[in-house]
Amino acid sequence: MAQTTLKSTVFRKEREGKWQALEQLVNRVEKHGIRELSSDETLKLQSLYRVALSSLSVARNISLDQSALVYLEALSARAYFCVYGPRTKFLTELLSFFLHKFPAAVRDLKWPIFLSALTLIAGMGTGYAMIIMEPDWFYAFVSDAMAAGRTPTSPADELRAGLFTTHSSVKEYLHVFASFLFTHNAKIGFLAFALGFAFGIPTVLLLFSNGLSLGAFTALFVNKGLSVEFVGWLSIHGTTELLAVILCGGAGLAIGGAAIFPGRQTRLDSLTFQGRKSGLVVVGTVVMFFAAGILEGFGRQLIVETTDRYLIGGVAVLIWATYFMTFGRKS
Amino acid sequence: MNQSTVMRNDYGSVNKRLRDIRTPEGVVLKVELASLWDRCAAVLLDLLVMSLIIVGVGALFFFSSFITSAPGSALALGLLLFFLLRGFYFLIFELRWRGVTPGKKVLGLRVMNRSGGPLKSDAVFARNLMREIELFIPITVLISVKLSGTEGLSQIFALIWLGLFAILPFCNKDRMRAGDMVGGTWVVRIPESKLLADVAESVDPGHGAFKDVHPKDSPRTKITFTDAQLDVYGIYELQTLENVLRVDGPTVDITQKEVCTHIQKKIGWPEGGAPVEPKTFLESFYAALRARLEARMLLGERKENKFDQSRPSVDKL
Repeated sequence: MAQTTLKSTVFRKEREGKWQALEQLVNRVEKHGIRELSSDETLKLQSLYRVALSSLSVARNISLDQSALVYLEALSARAYFCVYGPRTKFLTELLSFFLHKFPAAVRDLKWPIFLSALTLIAGMGTGYAMIIMEPDWFYAFVSDAMAAGRTPTSPADELRAGLFTTHSSVKEYLHVFASFLFTHNAKIGFLAFALGFAFGIPTVLLLFSNGLSLGAFTALFVNKGLSVEFVGWLSIHGTTELLAVILCGGAGLAIGGAAIFPGRQTRLDSLTFQGRKSGLVVVGTVVMFFAAGILEGFGRQLIVETTDRYLIGGVAVLIWATYFMTFGRKS
Repeated sequence: MNQSTVMRNDYGSVNKRLRDIRTPEGVVLKVELASLWDRCAAVLLDLLVMSLIIVGVGALFFFSSFITSAPGSALALGLLLFFLLRGFYFLIFELRWRGVTPGKKVLGLRVMNRSGGPLKSDAVFARNLMREIELFIPITVLISVKLSGTEGLSQIFALIWLGLFAILPFCNKDRMRAGDMVGGTWVVRIPESKLLADVAESVDPGHGAFKDVHPKDSPRTKITFTDAQLDVYGIYELQTLENVLRVDGPTVDITQKEVCTHIQKKIGWPEGGAPVEPKTFLESFYAALRARLEARMLLGERKENKFDQSRPSVDKL
């Protein structure tokens, strides 16, 4: 009696060629990236991937050929990674990010961002009120390095000079100053977001303490009758920078809130859902921090008219507000 | 969808790192989560690449006398470079290389969307922004450790705090770090796929695994088994036998003889019959058992192992 050939063997023999063709495409993509393939080959990758998936589904039900099952399982997974990787068109991604995704994500997070702004303002109010009542609190809220000689005992002239003149030796290093401010502030932004993971509590503390020192400074200058000049000095870059900090803080509060109040989702799913939106916001703020760094590093040192400073700060707010309110809406 | 297949690793034990993902086509695939040690190694490699870039650019600045001619610009560029590496190295690689960084590529790892859909940029953003508190700040704190005074105390608290993030991947079964949780991602091993020859076909491996076999010459035609004999075993035993037949080495004859004797005893093979080569017997038995099990599978009777007696065969005596 002749042995009848196994059905699973026939099944495998008929399809093996396509599996191996897919494997070769996948090997190339894994080594050199998806751009390695021509457009015909990309289409072929898609259709061969589906062939492999269908072979796998059938093989699971009719075949006990372990080598073929294991192979198909691994091959399908590898091909899946090639077919469903992130988009690689960098420029289009970048454009769609700034034209749609970033402003849309900011609007999605409007409540946590509002809360973040409130926290910062509460910190500022507290700091301001306490310094007005008792100027010695200043030393508790502002570190020596940050104060840089500006203390409640400084005479008003000295403080005023600090707002309007830049030491000539510093003028050559404005670009260093700007890049330091940009990178430092953006890192604080990342931090405000990442710390939100711990149920948002450290983010609140970070926002509040930043608010405290800002309020303390304001009170210091107000006490010396320099309120208009100080707000101008602050607003030229501060409107952009504080907005960016508030956005990052809002992103942090969003993931903290998602972890505390998952609603109908599981805690993990809720964290992921908010996390992805918040991540978009934080990456977008890098551009704002960059703009703020330029404004603070160059603008504030070179533009010394208080009215000009107010003008620039005000226009910045207007631009950001228009951008976040109008861009990325579905018609 | 048949979910009863349990994937086993080489040692036959159930692999706890396997996860099911459903592709957009609706097929469930198995992926294996990366081991944490592989991931540590990948991160260390990436950090090494980053430091090499910094050293390389530093050397370039130095030898082109950029540092002496324009120290300010060199410092400004250095600060920017440092920031770009810290914030965007992982992010850009994972976007451009589809979930792979140089370190991950060496270790054969890949980031994937936990729910099986395409890995989108927002997931990559979220998972890499968390590195700030998981990786970069701990490194900064460790480098600048001063264990004295109030600053030392606050640094100890900072270390404990950050240590919590470091042990997080050890505390959940999916080995997710905080960034994976926020981004909705898994880090998996890119599986190796090698198509081995079909054991049912390779009756005479001495002549190549894919050699056409003429049924008349085939040694397995000489041995036939009754259904009752074949129904002793199930899929698990079939796959174990397949592994036995694939093994090659100095002790292969002894192993095969032992397995052969064991099977013959179990299925009640008549003693004193014509002597058979253990290899021939095992190959024939494998082919016959697979044919039997596959036929039963088509009728919806999946016999997982020898203990699986839920659906006794109809023609059993």
